[in-house]
Amino acid sequence: MTLLLLFNITNGLIVGAFYVLMALGLSLILNLSNVINFAHGGFLVIGGYIAYTITPYVGFWGALLLAPPLTAIIGLIVERILIRPLYGRDPLYSLLLTFGLAFMIEDGTRFIWGPQGKPVSIPPFLSQPLSNELFFITGYRLFMVVVAMIVVGLLFVLLRYTRLGVRIRAGTLDLETVAALGINVQMLRSLNFAVGIFLAGLSGVLAAGQLGLEPTMGTGLLMPSFIAIIVGGIGSLPGTLVGGLLIGVASGVTAVFFPAASEAVIYVMMAVILLTRPRGLFGEEGMMS
Amino acid sequence: MSTEPIRKLVVLAAIWIILALAPYWMAPLGGYTALATRVLVLGLAAMSLNFLLGFTGVLSFGHAAWFGLGAYGAGLTLKYLALSTPLAIVAGMLLGGVCGGLLGMLLVRRRGVYFAMVTIAFGQVFYYIAFQWSSLTGGDDGLRGFARQPIDFGLFKFDILSDADNFYYFVLFCFALMVGAMGFILRSPFGRTMIAIRENERRSRFLGIPVERHIWIAFTLSCFFMASAGALYALVNNFADPRGLHYSQSGDFVMMAVMGGMRSFWGPLLGAAVFVVLQDYLSSITVNWMSFVGLLFVLVVLFFPRGLLGFLQRGKA
Repeated sequence: MTLLLLFNITNGLIVGAFYVLMALGLSLILNLSNVINFAHGGFLVIGGYIAYTITPYVGFWGALLLAPPLTAIIGLIVERILIRPLYGRDPLYSLLLTFGLAFMIEDGTRFIWGPQGKPVSIPPFLSQPLSNELFFITGYRLFMVVVAMIVVGLLFVLLRYTRLGVRIRAGTLDLETVAALGINVQMLRSLNFAVGIFLAGLSGVLAAGQLGLEPTMGTGLLMPSFIAIIVGGIGSLPGTLVGGLLIGVASGVTAVFFPAASEAVIYVMMAVILLTRPRGLFGEEGMMS
Repeated sequence: MSTEPIRKLVVLAAIWIILALAPYWMAPLGGYTALATRVLVLGLAAMSLNFLLGFTGVLSFGHAAWFGLGAYGAGLTLKYLALSTPLAIVAGMLLGGVCGGLLGMLLVRRRGVYFAMVTIAFGQVFYYIAFQWSSLTGGDDGLRGFARQPIDFGLFKFDILSDADNFYYFVLFCFALMVGAMGFILRSPFGRTMIAIRENERRSRFLGIPVERHIWIAFTLSCFFMASAGALYALVNNFADPRGLHYSQSGDFVMMAVMGGMRSFWGPLLGAAVFVVLQDYLSSITVNWMSFVGLLFVLVVLFFPRGLLGFLQRGKA
């Protein structure tokens, strides 16, 4: 029983790490540009398939390094052409646009790479279990969590200590003043969008090594990421981090005791949070209205 | 009397004549009556969503939940409670509308994209309930084993089960009732207040309008209309499906409303017609039909933010 529980908590943490990577990207874009990026799951899929395509040439490590920035470049192009014209309009339009875009990306990947799942090979030493007792902790799962932790750490360092990061945080609070201080807001939004898509691409590569690739794999991660943001508190990146891990572990633990509710439990958590503390765990008052 | 009201009356009469004669002109154009019935039902759903989106300015992205609850309400009534079509519709409407109204109380303080986000998430709760509660809802397979019943007028029976044209006129009758109610509400002082909130929420608040309460009432009414469309949809297919509650279904309704034109009363019906016909046609020639719909939608959002109807009206003016 303890082993089962431990197994599910570990699982929950790993899934939670994915939610965190996805949700942090979504959160960055939402906070600065007021865009709910429905196509975020689509960018995750693009990242995974790029990794699949370049692995034969550059190997797994090369793909891990190259695929996320390539995804971010695609994200930049999309932002420049499709999303930028909508910044001046009601934020609902960009939400609607990314919703249509998500369909196009999903069908596009199906068209290019086919509807069947694709396996992505990982280095053999990563696929070994670390010990016989804890058979479920393979090297790759540990590796995923470590990579996610490092990247999230770097993201927080970037936001805290670099000029770009400070500008992004300032823009989140008051974009008008930031613009009045002579900072190129368009550029800031583009870079911020690219950072968010980079995270989506990275989760795509990591997920591909664990689960293989399917054109629909991104859609399943989108809703939990929304909930991670709502639970953690809109506007707060540490909140998103905690929210993602929390719902990952919660659904893992529920899977032990009441498997049928393992997906629904995160929605219940969200409802409880909204009832008792509408701004979310770490959110600031008034961010959601 | 100026020409404007006369022009409006002519347009209105034309719309209803086109709708009333649909079984006669659909067939020569290569369509079939069942397609027109689907357009009416999905059009009613898109208009219900737009009742909130277009006239209060609040986007709910979880409205499929009320649509789906309406469908299950109607289906379960026919299967377990009573073999009566009108009763099934009323039951579906009540189930979806009451659930929507109760949840609405939690939602009304949110605005803009956050309202959309929270409604999606709550809509998904109902999707999971319908999906997991297999003993009642049939789970993933959907709810089967019920059929719409002939309407009994005492003297004679109106057979809507086997006669597609009769069923179309029955749906058109329900559609007219709902759309009439929507139009009536929008013309009332309450409807004017909704538009005032859309145009300038802060000013409305300063005028002493209880904004939250108005949004809640508009949301609840919209849920009732949506649930009635869902109940009709269950009757169209003699089937209710958990995917009818999924957020992608909500997205389809939003697409219909925005494609048709969300600032106009009839726009969403046009959007639903385009969506259904396109879906019917494209899915017969390519499996990737969603990307074409997605592309069309992206183009509409970028270039015709007022939708197809808005674009046509601008061309006329």
